[in-house]
Amino acid sequence: MATTRALARLATRRTAVRPAVFTRSFASVDPISKAAEATVPDPARKAIPKSRTSTVKDPEPAKAAKIKTFHIYRWNPDEPTSKPRMQTYTLDLNKTGPMMLDALIRIKNETDPTLTFRRSCREGICGSCAMNIDGVNTLACLCRIPTDTAKESRIYPLPHMFIVKDLVPDMTLFYKQYRSIKPYLQRATPPPDGREYRQSIAERKKLDGLYECILCACCSTSCPSYWWNQEEYLGPAVLLQSYRWIADSRDEKKAERQDALNNSMSVYRCHTILNCSRTCPKGLNPALAIAEIKKSMSFM
Amino acid sequence: MASQRVFQLGLRRAAVPSFSKVQPAGRMVQRRLAATQHFGESEGQQILAKQRLRRPVSPHLTIYRPQITWYASSLNRITGVALSGTLYLFGIAYLAAPTLGWHLETPSLVAAVASWPVFVKVGAKLAVSFPFIFHSLNGVRHLVWDVGLGFKNVTVTQTGWAVVGLSVVGSLYLSLLA
Repeated sequence: MATTRALARLATRRTAVRPAVFTRSFASVDPISKAAEATVPDPARKAIPKSRTSTVKDPEPAKAAKIKTFHIYRWNPDEPTSKPRMQTYTLDLNKTGPMMLDALIRIKNETDPTLTFRRSCREGICGSCAMNIDGVNTLACLCRIPTDTAKESRIYPLPHMFIVKDLVPDMTLFYKQYRSIKPYLQRATPPPDGREYRQSIAERKKLDGLYECILCACCSTSCPSYWWNQEEYLGPAVLLQSYRWIADSRDEKKAERQDALNNSMSVYRCHTILNCSRTCPKGLNPALAIAEIKKSMSFM
Repeated sequence: MASQRVFQLGLRRAAVPSFSKVQPAGRMVQRRLAATQHFGESEGQQILAKQRLRRPVSPHLTIYRPQITWYASSLNRITGVALSGTLYLFGIAYLAAPTLGWHLETPSLVAAVASWPVFVKVGAKLAVSFPFIFHSLNGVRHLVWDVGLGFKNVTVTQTGWAVVGLSVVGSLYLSLLA
């Protein structure tokens, strides 16, 4: 996309010398065909009588405004001494899209351009817009705005994270933890047929419910254990990914992976609170994956 | 559309070769308007640490919606601490009682409790029986989870509320009828 934009910008840039052949811009009209158009109205042309025209009716009058109140967490790093605060916005739901992300984008576009949040795909596949909406971590793009206007919505960033600005948390540690579990296939031996690593249907089935994770960190930041022990406990999302590689029949470093988790903090800070599975916007079950890791480690 | 533009751009460039100044290929593709500076891994970490000192931690316990999952878990922890704490305290007090001259023998405790008014008796019984039953039943839930069963969201909610209901009923039974 960026490349296309750069190219387009270059393409529209004026150069010092422009040969006449190449002066056409993209949306221009051929001057020859343009010449055919009459610039002066033809006096012979008469107006069409009313009986032969159709009527375009006014669109349905706007329904009564449905005003919903949103309280949004704000903190500006340019004023580091000021405390985080809640700012209130009101939107007419009739003019807003159905999802929380639509509301946020509309606030940013029309009311307050300083409101800062992450978003990208708007369809629940990138995991950028993970935040705490009405007390539960979810993706803003997958969360419908409750149509009950009497209830006010509260939007916070992901809980117990360092805040970069407004709804943007610092995910450095989370990604570092993800890197620490070596999220890639580790194999020393080449495939038997020299072409690809084959799996049976049953072996592949084990990865269902694991590979769909988009690493939005909703589950990890919903876990009280992760709140208190972020530095050492890996958290549900990263452990789910860890299990995704432990469970993979093609991986040959299963023992090493388990060994890396075999300490009091990495996995055993999970106390089966189960907020993770409850909150997962993709409907995955990190708690089950962690239980499977614990099981596989105790019956090694 | 993009390919057309690229093609036109190519034509244009071919038609007007700029001999006046030599442009490196990278400059044609990308122009950076803001000056950036490259930092190594360790320097980057230092900058991050400095930034973190100023960053607030987002609200957590106070804003997360009350759900049976984490409320039951924290209640499990609290009841466990209360029960084991009581046991330890009473055990140590019982050991120290002869030397300190306290009367913690069963007959004297029974006599003391018998003299309490009814609502204090029931309250005291509830205060012991509810944590005990809740912690025991929730412990069974945890044992089931440890073998990898009952992880569906619906199951978790149902068993959670079942444990709460059963402990209320059981503790009321123990404090009123038994």
